[in-house]
Order: sequence, then structure tokens, then C-alpha cells
Amino acid sequence: MMRYLLYLFLGLVTRSVLAQTDSTSANPAAFEELFGRDTTLRPGSQQLKLNMDATYDRPFLTMGKLPVSVGGYLEANTQYMQTNGITEGLSFQMRRMTIFLASTINRRLKFLSEIEFEDGTKEINIEFAAMDLELHPLLNLRGGIIMNPIGSFNQNHDGPKWEFVDRPLSSTQIIPSTWSNVGFGIYGKMYKKDWVWAYEAYLTNGFDDQIITNNQNRTFLPATKANADRFEESFNGVPLITIKTALKRRKWAEIGLSWMGGVYNKFQDDGLVLDKRRRVDVFALDFNSTLPTRTVINGELVWARIDVSSSYSQQFGRQQRGGWVDIVQPVLRRRILGWNTAVLNVALRVERVDYNVDTFAETGESIADELWSIVPAISFRPSPTTVIRANYRYQWDTDLLGNPPARTAGFQIGFSTYF
Amino acid sequence: MQLCLLMAGGVMVLIACDTLLPKAQLDHDLLDGPIGELTPEQNALFLEGDRGFNDEIFTPATGLGPIFVASSCGSCHAGDGKGHPFTTLTRFGQTDETGNQFLHLGGPQLQNRGIPGHTAEAIPAGATMSKFMPPANTGLGLLGALSDAQLLARADPEDRDGDGISGVVNWIDAPHFFKPQWFHQALNGKYIGRFGKKAAAIDLLHQTVNAYKQDMGITSEFDPEDPINYAVSGQAGDVAPDPEVASSTVNAVVFYLRTLRVPIQRNVSDAGVIAGKQVFTKTGCAGCHTPAWTTPKSDIAVLSNQTFAPYTDLLLHDMGKDLDDGYTEGTAKTSEWRTPPLWGLGLSKNSQGGNVFLLHDGRARSIDAAIRLHGGEGAKSRDTYSQLTASDRDNLLQFLDSL
Repeated sequence: MMRYLLYLFLGLVTRSVLAQTDSTSANPAAFEELFGRDTTLRPGSQQLKLNMDATYDRPFLTMGKLPVSVGGYLEANTQYMQTNGITEGLSFQMRRMTIFLASTINRRLKFLSEIEFEDGTKEINIEFAAMDLELHPLLNLRGGIIMNPIGSFNQNHDGPKWEFVDRPLSSTQIIPSTWSNVGFGIYGKMYKKDWVWAYEAYLTNGFDDQIITNNQNRTFLPATKANADRFEESFNGVPLITIKTALKRRKWAEIGLSWMGGVYNKFQDDGLVLDKRRRVDVFALDFNSTLPTRTVINGELVWARIDVSSSYSQQFGRQQRGGWVDIVQPVLRRRILGWNTAVLNVALRVERVDYNVDTFAETGESIADELWSIVPAISFRPSPTTVIRANYRYQWDTDLLGNPPARTAGFQIGFSTYF
Repeated sequence: MQLCLLMAGGVMVLIACDTLLPKAQLDHDLLDGPIGELTPEQNALFLEGDRGFNDEIFTPATGLGPIFVASSCGSCHAGDGKGHPFTTLTRFGQTDETGNQFLHLGGPQLQNRGIPGHTAEAIPAGATMSKFMPPANTGLGLLGALSDAQLLARADPEDRDGDGISGVVNWIDAPHFFKPQWFHQALNGKYIGRFGKKAAAIDLLHQTVNAYKQDMGITSEFDPEDPINYAVSGQAGDVAPDPEVASSTVNAVVFYLRTLRVPIQRNVSDAGVIAGKQVFTKTGCAGCHTPAWTTPKSDIAVLSNQTFAPYTDLLLHDMGKDLDDGYTEGTAKTSEWRTPPLWGLGLSKNSQGGNVFLLHDGRARSIDAAIRLHGGEGAKSRDTYSQLTASDRDNLLQFLDSL
């Protein structure tokens, strides 16, 4: 499988590069556009983009108009972390390399895929591979492996778009970003003056019971991603429904509301009843805005409700909640070291995850099992598609019982770039 | 260029700024970590045991349950400290030395939780029960290294010294995997227990194998049977292949428990603590909470010839009717409890969620309350404590909190 993917990738890269070379020799301006100074995601075109549009809002799709477009992004970093005075030392991490392949089969028929190699080749996933068919701007069909539109980060997760080395915790610990499944659905978008409204709705395969039977010792929705069979068959035959709607006013703000719900357990097998149907429901609210000072505020709040058997341990939360807010302030925008559109940002992320919103039956006291984290950051963008970032993280992890929190802090320096 | 230098300088300053990294906790605030200097081989085994104890989370796929109390050892002993009412064990079915009459109905321990699709166990009708708060794990190796002869020398079943404190050992039927050491003594095929609220476990292997099975529903080569909810059927219904934990892991966990450090007393030079120690002796607390022991030679060098202060005599004492739950183990009477070690007492709140839950079932919410709940052989000391001046009582509590 690995070898096949490698051959496919090399073949397509070769084809793409040759095509680009041919076109540039005939058109130096196009070469300049492609390899030269400016790969900016142009601000003007961004004003009507939503988080939902992230899938098709990537530089490789805007640089050339080739039969097949190839692109991707890369994320790597080093980090030094210490927990309660104990450190594992300095580590270098290859977080992920993602390859995009896309094709406009017809003006209204598109294909895009996203293949991700995480932690070297520890995990290889097809995160997105879908065909999009436009029937009407308000009615498009999408089928294949899709990213469930829950919150904002799950769809808008490309490393180069963020000033932080780590992904937001509530988006990866409650929402299992990147969370993609096989299924189909519809989406549409409508513009009216300064307003944009869009929706997405999908039926896909969903979760399995690993969300409460995992080695994290807590309810942990990402544990379901260990079920590789979910791209082949549903765990229980009940589709997961994901619906999102978002509204944006140009130069003002975007707000999105989303819900994802379904049955996670195998309630029957071979026609025999094993348990009642147990649901998992996730609600998310996302928002982003750019203030006149060019300050970008971006955030997401998430709530999850899980029907856990009363005879199972309270260790496995029946409700979870979390959220994060990023504030990014450009402090320098000018030509730096020959980079025409370089930007220096300062940024701050505050995030919280409560894995178990409940009280102990034995004492009536709150179950803790939560974390807080604060991440100041500096990022340098020589080009909008590339970011070099330095983060400092301070995190408080409190265990189930509410004992004194483990304090983790450290430094991360890394980069991420589209290619 | 200036900008680059500025950024690089800033990053270097941050990295160099040690104050931004969380400091290690002070040694005397910690319960985990190895006792003394272990050899490199022993360190490796200690780490393996640490992983088995604190990091290995069992799931239904790896054998958890099907009925259980907790999904890992560490769930009940956060930071190797005392447990919390959330993980309190419930034992039932034995009222005297004739043994547990409810083994065929799931005794001696209630598994009050069930994996998805399985019903949790309930106390059978007619069974008496008692709740056991998980203890701290610290210093168990030193307690296990004491000889039976040392324990018997402390016992005074007939109260010949007339101090109102007897103290007896608990004679326990040994499991098939128990291998007596040179310091064990047998009586009619039974051996002296020293671990657990009723001193029903002879050694740490016995304790660990029982905990894997009774607390987590994990089978081992030592005990290959899953706990069964007899109210549902005579089958466990666990589909994980047995044994569910390797013998090497069990042995590593036992080594880890044997070589866990002892708590370090805090504030030893405080006047209140020094005075409180004298009050501790004056009130007769030390009659059961033996301040000092010295180990004989052990198979682990670091446990040999060590003088330590656990504040327990490892013997059973009648604690009166208020602490008599009508349940017992081994040859202990229902009102008899093994003297709990007091070392680490002041660190209890660090593993009990900021609160304290003391005595065998956590009913005492403070050290003062725990003392006042003493009865039977402890009644005399309790009464003396009640009559102390406020100053002496504060000093005693300070001393106990420093342990």
C-alpha cells in the first residue's frame, strides 16, 4: 500500500512538474506566479470564505489550472517539555506530511483527496477523498471519504494556517479531529450583499464503543479512530448525522453551529439484542473575526453527551465540554530579508477541556478530569503559505479526583508550509 | 537581520528561562519513586512495574471485567497514595473464622461495575458487608520484609502486660502460588497475613494477584478465573483470552510495590511537631501505631537492616462496636482491624481530591474525627486524647499531619 501510494505520488508529481515547466517556459509570468515571490491567499478572496470552504481553500488549487493538481503541506517541530520538574528531553517531531490530489473533472464536477502521513509513517490516513457535484449553488452533492463538518477546526486544520504547533486540544480530544468517514451528503452556499450563508449535511459511518472502552481511562471520542473498519462498514448499521450551518458578514465575523450525532454501540448482532442503543451527540459553536486592527480572533466551543451505561464506571464521562480561543495580532508587515509579504505575529491561545462534567455518586463532589492550557506564541510568515512559529505552553492537568494538577510547560519551535 | 536576531534572542531567552518550567515537587511531598539506591537492573524492573501499575489501563478487549471496580491499579492509588470513596472496595459474606459463606454468590468482593453489556454485581441477600478504602502503597516492601517472629513478638493476645491492648496476627489460608520465605511461620497450614484492612494478604504477590482479579477482573497464571456475577449466570462472559496479564507484569508490579519509597516526614523541626510526638507516646497511640521497626536481611539489599517508622504493628486490634461492620477475613473477628500505617497521613489529601477520607471505609473526614472514632482497644487512647489540652491536641494533630 505504501509503495503504491509512493509510486502514485511520484508519478503525479512528475507529471505536474513537467506540465508546470512547459507552461512556464512559454509564460515567464506564470512561472513567477507559481514559484516566485507571492503565494498569498489574497485577502479580497478571503472575505467571503467560511471555515467550511477550507477543503477547497488551499494554495495548490489557486496556483495553476492543471488537469490534476498536486500539493500538500508539511509540519515539523522540536519541543522541550517538562512535567512537574521531570523532562523527557528534547524531541524532534515530524507531525505530518499531507498530500493533496485534486482534479476538476468538469466545471461542476470536482475531485479532491487528502492523504496524511502522521508522525513519520506511524499513521497513514485518507482524510478526504470525495467527489463534488454541483446541481445548484444551494445544492451540491458530495460523496466519498468526507470530513464531518463539526466545529471549525476539523475541516480547517491545515498546519500552515495556524500560529501554534499543537492543534487545539478540545478539537482533538473531544472532537476527534481530523475526523473523517465514508458517506455522502449535500451542501450549499448563498450570498446576499455582505452576507454569506452556507450549510452542510452528511450521513456517514460513525463511532464505535471504543469511545468508552479505551486505554485513556476516560470517555475519549478519538479512540474510535483505531477502528480501521469504519471505512468499510458501519460498526452498528446506524449512520452518523452531521449538520452544520454558518453565517458570515463580510469584514465582520463568521459564526457556525454544528451537530453530529448517532449510535455508538453494537446494540445487536446476528439479530440478537446485546444492549440498548446508546447515543453520542456533539455540538459545536465556532466563530472568527478580524478586527480593524487586523487582530484575528478565532475560537470553537464544543459539548458532547454520551449515553454511558449506569453500571459502567463514572470514570467514563457522560458529558464533556471544552473550547479554545486564538488571538493573533500581526505586529510587522513589510519586506523582510527579501520576502515581500512577510508578517510577524504575536499570538495567544487559551484552551480548556473538561472530560467529565459530572459529580461523584459517592460524595456528590464534582468530577475533575480536566485541563487548562495557555500558549503564547510568536510566528513569522515569510509568505502567507509558510509559517515558522515559536510557542510556549503551560498546562494544568487535573485528574479525576481533583488532586493537585500536574503542571506541564515547555517550548516548541517548528514550521509548517504548503507546497 | 535585526529582526531575525531579535527573534532568535527572544527564543533563547525563553529557553534559558528556567523559571518558566514547572519545578519538581519536593521529595517529602511525593509518595512515588524508588526506595534508596537500586541497581540498574532493579531500576529497569521498577520502571516496568511502575508502567504496569500506573500506566496499564485495562479495557474489555484486554480483559477488564466483565465485572470490576477499577480499570487500572493507579485508578485506586493516585500517585501511590490513598484511595477515594469512588474506588472504595466492598467486601461481603464472612462473619467469623469459619470462612466466607458467600463465595458461591460472588464473595468476598463486590464488583460494583460492569463493562458495557454486563450487569454489575449486587450484595446477595443476607450477606454482611464492609467498605475498604484503598490504602497508600508506600513502604510496603519494608513491611513485607519484617519476619513473622517480629510480628509475633509484638502480639499480646491475652494482654499480659495489662495495657488494654492485645494485638493478634491473622492466620490466612495461603494461595497455591504462595512460596514461604525463611521468615514465614506456618500454623496448621495457615500463614500470617500483614497486608489489607484485615491483614488478609500474606505477601505482596498475594495482594497483587487478588487485586488484579477482584478489583479489575484480570486473570493471571496465578489465578486464571474471572470474577463471576452469579446473579446473572455461572459464567464470567469475558471473551478476552486468559491469562489477561502476563506473569512478568505481575512480578514487576510486585517488585515495584516492594521498592516504592517510604514517605518522608515533614516539618520535623517544628516545635509543635516535636511536642506532638511526645503527646503521641503519652496518649498511648504508640501502643498499636509502633513507631520503629528494623528489617532483617532481605533478598533486596536496599530493604535489609533498615530502621523505619511506619507507625503500625501490623496486628489486629478490636476497635469496638462502632467500627464493627459485621464482616471479616481470615481468623480476625468482625470488630478487629489491622493497625493502619500512619506514615504518609499528611499527604492523604493529595491523593483524595483535596479531602481526607480516613479509617477503613473513609468515614472520618479529619484526623481528629478518626481518633474520636477509635473504640475497643483504642478507647483508652481516644479518651486520653479527648482530655488533652487544646495545645497538646493541636501539637498531636500537627505531628500526625507531618507524617
